[in-house]
Amino acid sequence: MTAIKLALLGLLLAVAIVFPHLFGNATVTLVAFFALLYATMASAWNILAGYTGYYSLGHAAFFGIGGYAMAILCQDYTIQGGYGAFYLLPVCGLIAAAFAVPLGIITLRTRRHVFVVLTIAMLFIGQLLAFNLLGLTSGSNGMILPLPPWIGAAYNIPFYYTALALLVLTMSTSFWIRRSRFGLSLMAIRDDEDRAAGLGINTWLHKLIAFVVPAFFLGMVGATYFYFQGQIEPQFAFNPLDDLAMALMSFSGGLGTVLGPVLGGLLIEGAQQYFALTSGVGGNYLILYGALFLAVILLMPRGIIPTIAAIWSSYREKRNDQQASASPGEASNSEALGVAEGTSR
Amino acid sequence: MSMLVVQQAAKRFGGIAALDGCDLEVREGEIAGLIGPNGSGKTTLFNMMTGYGRLDSGTVTFRDSAISRSSPRKVFGLGIGRTFQLTRIFPRLTVLENVHIGARRRGLIASVRHWKAGREHQRALESLDFVGLTRLRDARAGSLSYGQRKLLEFASVLAAQPSLILLDEPAGGVNPTMIELMAAKIRQLNQNGTTFLVVEHNMSFVMDLCHRVTVLHRGKTISHGEPTFVRRDPAVLEAYLGD
Amino acid sequence: MLLNWDLISGAVVLGIFTGGIYALMASGLTLTFGVMDVINVAQGALVILGAYLSYAVEQHLHIDIFLSLLITMPAMFLIGMLLEVAFIRPLKHERTVFSILVTFAIALVIEGILGKIFTTNFVQLGANAWYVNQSFKIGGTYVGYIYLFGFVLAAVLLAGLYLLLYRTRFGFALRATVENRTAAQLIGIDVERVSAITFGIGVSLAAAGGMAFGATQTFDPGSHYDLISRLLAIIILGGMGSLAGAMIASIFMLVVFNVTSVVYSPTWGTVVFFVLLSVVLLVRPQGFLGRAEARRQ
Repeated sequence: MTAIKLALLGLLLAVAIVFPHLFGNATVTLVAFFALLYATMASAWNILAGYTGYYSLGHAAFFGIGGYAMAILCQDYTIQGGYGAFYLLPVCGLIAAAFAVPLGIITLRTRRHVFVVLTIAMLFIGQLLAFNLLGLTSGSNGMILPLPPWIGAAYNIPFYYTALALLVLTMSTSFWIRRSRFGLSLMAIRDDEDRAAGLGINTWLHKLIAFVVPAFFLGMVGATYFYFQGQIEPQFAFNPLDDLAMALMSFSGGLGTVLGPVLGGLLIEGAQQYFALTSGVGGNYLILYGALFLAVILLMPRGIIPTIAAIWSSYREKRNDQQASASPGEASNSEALGVAEGTSR
Repeated sequence: MSMLVVQQAAKRFGGIAALDGCDLEVREGEIAGLIGPNGSGKTTLFNMMTGYGRLDSGTVTFRDSAISRSSPRKVFGLGIGRTFQLTRIFPRLTVLENVHIGARRRGLIASVRHWKAGREHQRALESLDFVGLTRLRDARAGSLSYGQRKLLEFASVLAAQPSLILLDEPAGGVNPTMIELMAAKIRQLNQNGTTFLVVEHNMSFVMDLCHRVTVLHRGKTISHGEPTFVRRDPAVLEAYLGD
Repeated sequence: MLLNWDLISGAVVLGIFTGGIYALMASGLTLTFGVMDVINVAQGALVILGAYLSYAVEQHLHIDIFLSLLITMPAMFLIGMLLEVAFIRPLKHERTVFSILVTFAIALVIEGILGKIFTTNFVQLGANAWYVNQSFKIGGTYVGYIYLFGFVLAAVLLAGLYLLLYRTRFGFALRATVENRTAAQLIGIDVERVSAITFGIGVSLAAAGGMAFGATQTFDPGSHYDLISRLLAIIILGGMGSLAGAMIASIFMLVVFNVTSVVYSPTWGTVVFFVLLSVVLLVRPQGFLGRAEARRQ
């Protein structure tokens, strides 16, 4: 089973690697680049929200911090556009993570719902500071990032592979956390935080790490994004829509799973970019995004993919039941099973 | 030799004195019982002993270290495990994962490894086997019945191999077969050296199981001693019948 | 640095007046949380919606903006009830957290719709009304009449809210629901009806607040972000669910904001406030008047 899954993932990765060579069209690689970036963001967000149960609506701030870190580093050290700038990504990620530590310490002191609210405030404070720390960010004028030397359709290719690398890195981390003892502890915190503490888990440290790790990845994503755009402004660096996007993608793909948020990100961002490029809608984003999100939360709170999977498996069960209706003893509920289990020992 | 000692514990919630200077002693290697009418402060005392709240005054000492101001995590680290009256498990984790939370070893290396890696896995499986939930190891804990949840909670505490286990109404709301099973498990563990403190409403369960019993009434200790003594203590009879 | 005490006393007065207006907007938010455990992140967008409704009434029907409330408040009350029934009531599990996500989405939809109808240009209410353009002297500084009128409006509506809560049968049902939802249900209170009406009241108060907000400063559909982060900060600071706490925190915040604004700059007003909020939360995570975390187990 896992071998099949691994083989499938390997195949997907191979397809992703050769993809730009098959579809060299600039529009296609552009859509693919954004889809990969947002899938990475959703995957990172899921580490905190999906595993730990703390929904942050402010982690887009770390995307912005990463972007500004890139812009400021390039400016201060007069770094030229080109492959070299990509080496700054881990630095930008670390800077974002460094900001995340004190912010996590403050926001995680509160209960879950107050936490959500504080993270929203966190995003706006970030935006406010970006608008007003003129010496650092040039405020509303924004900053220019170095122009890469690649021209035409070739421009997208290095960015595409960077985004792919970020996605692989984030997904691997997410996968590893999901299977580690650390991840198990996070999920225990999600289910019952007090009890987890009572069974010896250092909930404070676990939550803080789960807060900072996504910030690291989001910082790198932000740096890539704004390097690609060539400029950065406060309202795009600290954009509440990005928070909603990460939540929407994770929820629709399946919160708390490794693959769900990635699939959600690829599909939703891919579709959005495609429609944006073909129909050029502006203000409709907000309405479309909001409406889609409401539909997902209210109709399929477990996510589109898990819901479809559940419908499919119940359909299959029903078919199997009809075929095997001759042997009724098989379906015993867990309650009956447990009592028998308990008394027999 | 005494293992856990509570002296003059007092705790008020608003205007109500939940604990009003009660004393309790648990000796190494025994099964101690804690009984009392409804609202006598048993669960409050349990919470105060395990870090889920702070006493207004009084002390709790475990093997000569004061724990009345320790966090639940610290208390657990000293080797005191507990269960809850309203069973607390992790509903979205599987049965085996639940037990692993208790069995879990601390430290960086242990945290980054696969959750099933290491010797703790064996211990988790043993605990699960001990309470008889092995066949349900991959079921979601949230899908278990009430009695099974009690067993699971017990197993996840056991997996940590604590030296003292506090059980809050282990026989509450479960069928008679399960109660007998529970008592047998407790005795078996006790023979292997684990000390118990059991809060219980079910009088016959306590009287049969416990070596010594403490009786709380309105936040005060009104009697303590062997079950045969406590059963005949006029103060106890008055507390139970007088109200 | 030389401090001008006239400026500072003026800033304090202005802070109290605008604090009253914020109390109006925040009271709906904290009330909804108290009754339903719902955090309505769309409150900011609803305030802006209320402001735009007043704007539309003013522009097209040429009605004074204070009188426009007679139209916008009932309309917003209905919108609020509708939102509650359609989007909040279906939430069954992890209600508080999911309500934040859902109302966040509602806020974006409202912003999008307002952007389509009214464009994203900044507007202000009552541009021709005398009380918006004229000032009176208090202490050593001039304060626009609109601030005073806004404060009076807030005081009247909050007094009305107080009477509703403490002098009517509905108020009793509402307070019982705040105390204990299940128990309220057991003594025959229709908790769902109370919830819908409470949400409606919260949203109609947002409409009144929106009118005062829109008359004291310019706004566009995107103004709700700044507004909601302030409102949320206010109710966290005051203690979630505490009406008195929300009022105290509103005035406290706006005084801090205005004083910092005149001493340094408006930017730092907001920053200082959030820094204060962080400090308060580090010391007292439940806010000024909030109840300590419910007893565990």
